[in-house]
Amino acid sequence: MSDRVDRRSFLKIAGTSLGIGALYSVAPLLGADGEAGEVARSLWKKNGERLKPFSFVQLSDTHVGFNGPPDPLGTQAFERAVEMINGLRHRPDLVLVSGDLTHDSEKAGEHAERMRRFKEIAGRLKVSAVHCIPGEHDAGLDGGALFRDAFGPTYYAFDHRGVHFIGLDNVSRAKPEVGPEQIAWLKKDLARFPASAPIVVFTHRPLFDLKPEWEWFTSDGDEVMNVLTPYQNVTVLYGHIHRHHEHTAGAARHLAARSLIWAFPDPATTDDKKPLPFDKDQPFKNLGLRIVEEPKGRGAEPGRPTINEVELTMREYAGTVGINQFLKEGASR
Amino acid sequence: MRTGQAYGRTAVFGFALMTAALALASPFPARAQGTPRVVEITAKRFEFTPKEITLKQGETVTLRLTTEDVTHGFFMKTLGIDAVVEPGHPTEITITPQTTGSFTTICDHFCGDGHGNMHMKIVVE
Ligand SMILES: [Cu+2]
Repeated sequence: MSDRVDRRSFLKIAGTSLGIGALYSVAPLLGADGEAGEVARSLWKKNGERLKPFSFVQLSDTHVGFNGPPDPLGTQAFERAVEMINGLRHRPDLVLVSGDLTHDSEKAGEHAERMRRFKEIAGRLKVSAVHCIPGEHDAGLDGGALFRDAFGPTYYAFDHRGVHFIGLDNVSRAKPEVGPEQIAWLKKDLARFPASAPIVVFTHRPLFDLKPEWEWFTSDGDEVMNVLTPYQNVTVLYGHIHRHHEHTAGAARHLAARSLIWAFPDPATTDDKKPLPFDKDQPFKNLGLRIVEEPKGRGAEPGRPTINEVELTMREYAGTVGINQFLKEGASR
Repeated sequence: MRTGQAYGRTAVFGFALMTAALALASPFPARAQGTPRVVEITAKRFEFTPKEITLKQGETVTLRLTTEDVTHGFFMKTLGIDAVVEPGHPTEITITPQTTGSFTTICDHFCGDGHGNMHMKIVVE
């Protein structure tokens, strides 16, 4: 896997995810020089943080308030995911939630109650921060008004231990688009970063044409990716499609997270956008979460004090048996 | 998309030129300056009526969209269709499909619970 690592780069992904609960690793590598080292030092100065190994989790599509069919379990998978995260040996720093936190409701009061319920469950997470962006079920009917009341802005950026995180909103305009204001904001936000900066974008819909006939696209996704093109270390995490998917375009890697409620089929196998049937013997089949975790035994070279490269590594879990699989933690990459 | 609409306009222009050329060459008068056939499509949560329409390859048609309730979208990338229809304002799209096939056309303006499965089929023969 390391043979795929470009030494100029700052943040990497290696490996693929086949099963549930793919683990990412974010860790500093030593020995690189030049621009990447510069970035590490400037981020350190700016945020008072050294680049340190850390982990984060991506959850997606919890659809709080949804009542089956196909999935009669409501918030059970979500609640279980929260328990699992709290039980991890290495507690993640952050949880990112990539949209559709709630299922929409015609009644604003009911929808607000679903947001409150989401916050109550997510509030059990023993992590320092939970960052959410909306899905169309959260923000498509009211332009994001309820979401903003409950969670704040629908798009924003922050730095964490040397990684620049960008939450993008491609749902509030009701259509699958980001819109010119946000693209202008993104350009401005990115201007201070050199090309080697590690960037994690999280958003709801795919930023490329995955399956337009199923509304699995963002109409101005190309414009967003053009803004990101100069950057060598871009990972886009998204949801919406309720299944795992990987896609690479240029230097950017796009990864879809499983949902925490029903799953969608592989569009290559059917034209029918119908959720996969619920299996009561495997209630969490095809659902999941993603954890970005610190690896062990790397980047600890003695005598090289400058931390200037970050590796994002994904560990695999064999099998596809949903969240249950995740409990068998210990699979190695 | 914007490019799609531009393509649509070019196609209409090309069609007009062709009609003019035909009018010169033919002893029969051109019919009503080649006014395209109009196909009515109605949107309401969460379906389009009719569920399927059939067009001819190279034939210029106007799709006239109306909504019976809220704002809906009408999107099919390959055919260059990207429209929004608002209550009280019919939307007209003129297209000249060049590719044969069956094209799933979706509502891409979020309209509620069943939005994700609001679609119809445009068949081009
Ligand atoms: Cu609709």
